[in-house]
Parts: sequence; structure tokens; C-alpha cells
Amino acid sequence: MYHTGNMVKELAEKHGRKRESLMPILQDIVKKYNYLTDEAMVEVATELDISAAEVYGTASFYTFLDTQERGKNVIRVCKTITCSMKGKNDIISTLEDILKIKVGETTPDKMFTLLETNCIGWCHKAPAILINDMPYTDLTPETVIDVVKGYMR
Amino acid sequence: MENKGLTKVDLIFESIDIMKVMKKAFEMTSDEIIQQILESGLKGRGGAGFPTGLKWKYTAAEKDPEKYIVCNADEGEPGTFKDREILDKVASKVYAGMTIAGKAMGARKGFIYLRGEYRFLLPQLFAELHKFHKLINEIGYDFSIEYRMGSGAYICGEESALFESIEGFRGEPRNKPPYPTVSGLFSKPTSINNVETLVTSVMIIEKGANEYFKLGTKDSRGSKVFSISGDTPIPGIFELELGMTVQEFVNEFGDGDTKAVQVGGASGFCVPRKKFKDTIIGFEGVPTGGSMKLFNSSRSMYNVLHNYLDFFAEESCGQCTPCRVGCQQLLKGVEKVKKGESKSTYLNELVKLADTMKVASKCGLGQSVGNAFKSIVENFREEIIY
Repeated sequence: MYHTGNMVKELAEKHGRKRESLMPILQDIVKKYNYLTDEAMVEVATELDISAAEVYGTASFYTFLDTQERGKNVIRVCKTITCSMKGKNDIISTLEDILKIKVGETTPDKMFTLLETNCIGWCHKAPAILINDMPYTDLTPETVIDVVKGYMR
Repeated sequence: MENKGLTKVDLIFESIDIMKVMKKAFEMTSDEIIQQILESGLKGRGGAGFPTGLKWKYTAAEKDPEKYIVCNADEGEPGTFKDREILDKVASKVYAGMTIAGKAMGARKGFIYLRGEYRFLLPQLFAELHKFHKLINEIGYDFSIEYRMGSGAYICGEESALFESIEGFRGEPRNKPPYPTVSGLFSKPTSINNVETLVTSVMIIEKGANEYFKLGTKDSRGSKVFSISGDTPIPGIFELELGMTVQEFVNEFGDGDTKAVQVGGASGFCVPRKKFKDTIIGFEGVPTGGSMKLFNSSRSMYNVLHNYLDFFAEESCGQCTPCRVGCQQLLKGVEKVKKGESKSTYLNELVKLADTMKVASKCGLGQSVGNAFKSIVENFREEIIY
């Protein structure tokens, strides 16, 4: 859980208070905290003068606008066909081993969330994952361990 | 059947003097620019293949003083990654394409809708855009571009869903008509073009429509950037002249054991080995937004189909019943047939369902699920059943 403080107000100043400001505001909150709390969505609704249901309805449509608690680092493993053919399952089981969580779960220290995602556009360098915004490609079970260790510090 | 063979081309990534091309375009009238694009025969490079010149012409014909040019960079089709490469390598050509399109139809404002998966590119794209804005300000031209980000929804690549998303709503496609050229972003006349289409139009202005027209075939003019992946020794991004057969493509990119090529991504067509020789890659045969996936004989086509259906079941926006329920039922249906819980003839019922989805779905997503479904089930029926 987090408290947005003045953030929502500041974002509304930055992006405006029109309906089209909604996505950039939600995206900026998620960029910082990785997910949207109920409180944050209600604050956004108040700032934009729309119902909280509209905010939740919009946010919940988009995979990357998570409304469930997520860790500091969100790992999304591509599961679409080429990554699937080139060893996605080995990547997943390696990540599950080192993080000691299953797909869909968050580590108890809230450092990592492990998810699967649809095609992220790196089929020629499969298997690929996203950690937050950064793509990592041509992975093997060995290299993915190094990548994730870089986020453990 | 016109067959051009496999020829590598270098237009999209060729470095050019942006200012020179824009000045050339600024000296032309709106009609002259549109005429060049029409004469080149360019069709949209996102996959649907609508003639670009017509789109610009229709938008130009609208009287509204406020119009928009939108660049669709929500590249989500499985197996497509060429737009990322174009933005990474030649973003200024994309910006120039939007400016020229804006000039042609009287739009002063452009938006680029970039998929959330490519957010890491933003710092360099902003830096390029800053330089570009400075450049056109210096010559006193009034045009500006803004980025809008997606957040992981495949459906937002559908033009009207993309508008909904920019406007701050769920990315649910609108009913058509009205088409975007009449009522698009913020209900204003809008031309929405793919990243590659915009760069191609810059090259048409630079080289002249006649030069561009020499490339490709009657139905598929020009060249195309292909995203090549799967069982190939040389995966990557290649620009090729349109009009080759799948066989010629496989000779160049296959691993010697190619049994099928999925052309056009999950919403495209699966071409089996026996049809390689007679199938042209292009609008006269199998159209593609660039996605080319090769499968060799070690791959189960059931797994391929299951992966695609799982993708569509997740990415369907859920707004219209044929697509929402259809995707789920196709997925459950093939699982049942595979497990032996349903007879193999149940596949015929599923094909009928796919046909229904094609006519009854609201947008391109539901309408094209049947492409992959039918072409895989018809050509690899035994792999789906056993």
C-alpha cells in the first residue's frame, strides 16, 4: 500500500482535468507505484470530477494499469507463440525457483511480481521479458538469473 | 499470377535529408501530394491495406477546420516488431510523414499512440521530436506532434478503439460508419496511419510515385518491412519487394524443414508446405502487416492454434457477443476435441462458429479470428484431433 500525498493533484495540474487526461494520470501513478490503489482511483475521480466507477472501469480494461497490489519490480514474461516455442516455460520455472513465487504472485518483501503477458514485440529475440519498462531478450535460464539479480540490490 | 521473386530493398531505413523532402512537399499543393500517394498504389502497412491516398483524400475533403493525423504505433500483432525498429532507427522520418500528411489534408496536430510495451523508447523519441519541432519552427511551419501511450491492450491497435483510448475511455471499438475520415479522434476528421505507411509516403514524395510504382505487383505495390521469427536461422527485420511466393520466402528464411508459415500474425493465415509455391505474399494472396512466423516439423500446430486462441480470448474487448463468447468457445472446443471429449466432427461446428464471428463481430479482431482458425484446422486437421 502507498499514499499518493499530493501526487494526484500535481498530475491533474500537469495533464489537465479533462477526460482525456485520465490515461496519462493513471499511467504516471502506475509508473511510480506499479499499481493503482482504490484510494488513488477515488482521488483521480475527484480531481477529474467523474465517478470512481468510470476510473476503475477504464483502468481495469488495461493490462498494464493493475488494480491489484504489485511489487516494486513487475516481471512480465511473454507467453505468445514464438517465446513459447523458444523456451518460455524454462524461463518461468527458473524465475519461480529464484523468487520462490508462482506466476501471478508477489514476493513477501514486495520486491517482485511475476506475471505472464501477451506478445511484447521481441519474437526475433525470443524468449523475452519486460521488467517494469525494460525489455530483456534472447534469454536463457542462466542469463535471466543475472538479469533479475540486478534488480535485487 | 504475377511473381516478382525475392528482392531486398532499402527504402524505409535509408537515411535521407528530412528537410529537403519536407520542403519539396511544402511546395506542392494538397492535391498534388495526395495524387502522388494515390498514383504510387500505396496501401496501409498495418495489415488491413486500405489505400493510403484515399484515406488522405477523404480526410482532406472534410470541411472541419480541426483535423488530426494519428500515427498508429500500437504494434501488437503477435510476430510484428518492425514499427519499433522504424521508430528506433528513423523516428524523424515518421514525424516528417505525419507533417506531410497533415499538410495534405489540413491538419495541424498529430498524435502518436505508442504501445506501453515500447515505453523504454520514449526518452530517445522525445529527444528526436524536440529536434524535429525546432526544425519545422525554423521554417515557420505550424505543426506539432504529441505522444500518447497504450497500456497493454491489443485491441487498441484497432483505429476507433485507439481513439477511445486517447480520449480516456476503455479501448472498445466504435460502430462504423462514421469512418475516422469523417469522425475520428475527438469526433473530428482524422487520418490514422501505420508507422511504416507514414515513412513510405515520405519516400514516395522523395523518389516520386512513378519510381515507387515500379516495385511490387498490380495488387501489392512497393516494398514492405517484414518481421521474421520462429524456426529460422536468421530471425529479424527485412525490407523486401512485394510479390514473392511463400516458397521463395521459405527458400531464403527457412531452416530446411519448414512445414508452415503463419503470414500476418495471429489474425492472419497459416500457409502449409503444399501451398508454398502457389501463394503470393501480398493482397492478391496472403496479406500481412509484416508478421512472418516459420514453423518446422518439430512444432505441433495444435499448440500454435491453442496459443493464438488463448491470445484472442484474453484480448477480445468483450463488447460484442460473437467475439467475446466465440473466442472462448473456439478455445474450449479445440481443447475438448484434443482430449477426445468431443468428436472430431465437432471441428466442423467450430468452423461454422468462426464463420459467424467473421460476419457478426463488430471489429477486425473478431472478424479475423477465423483466418488462423480455419487455415490451421483445414490444413492440419489431424494434428488438432490426435
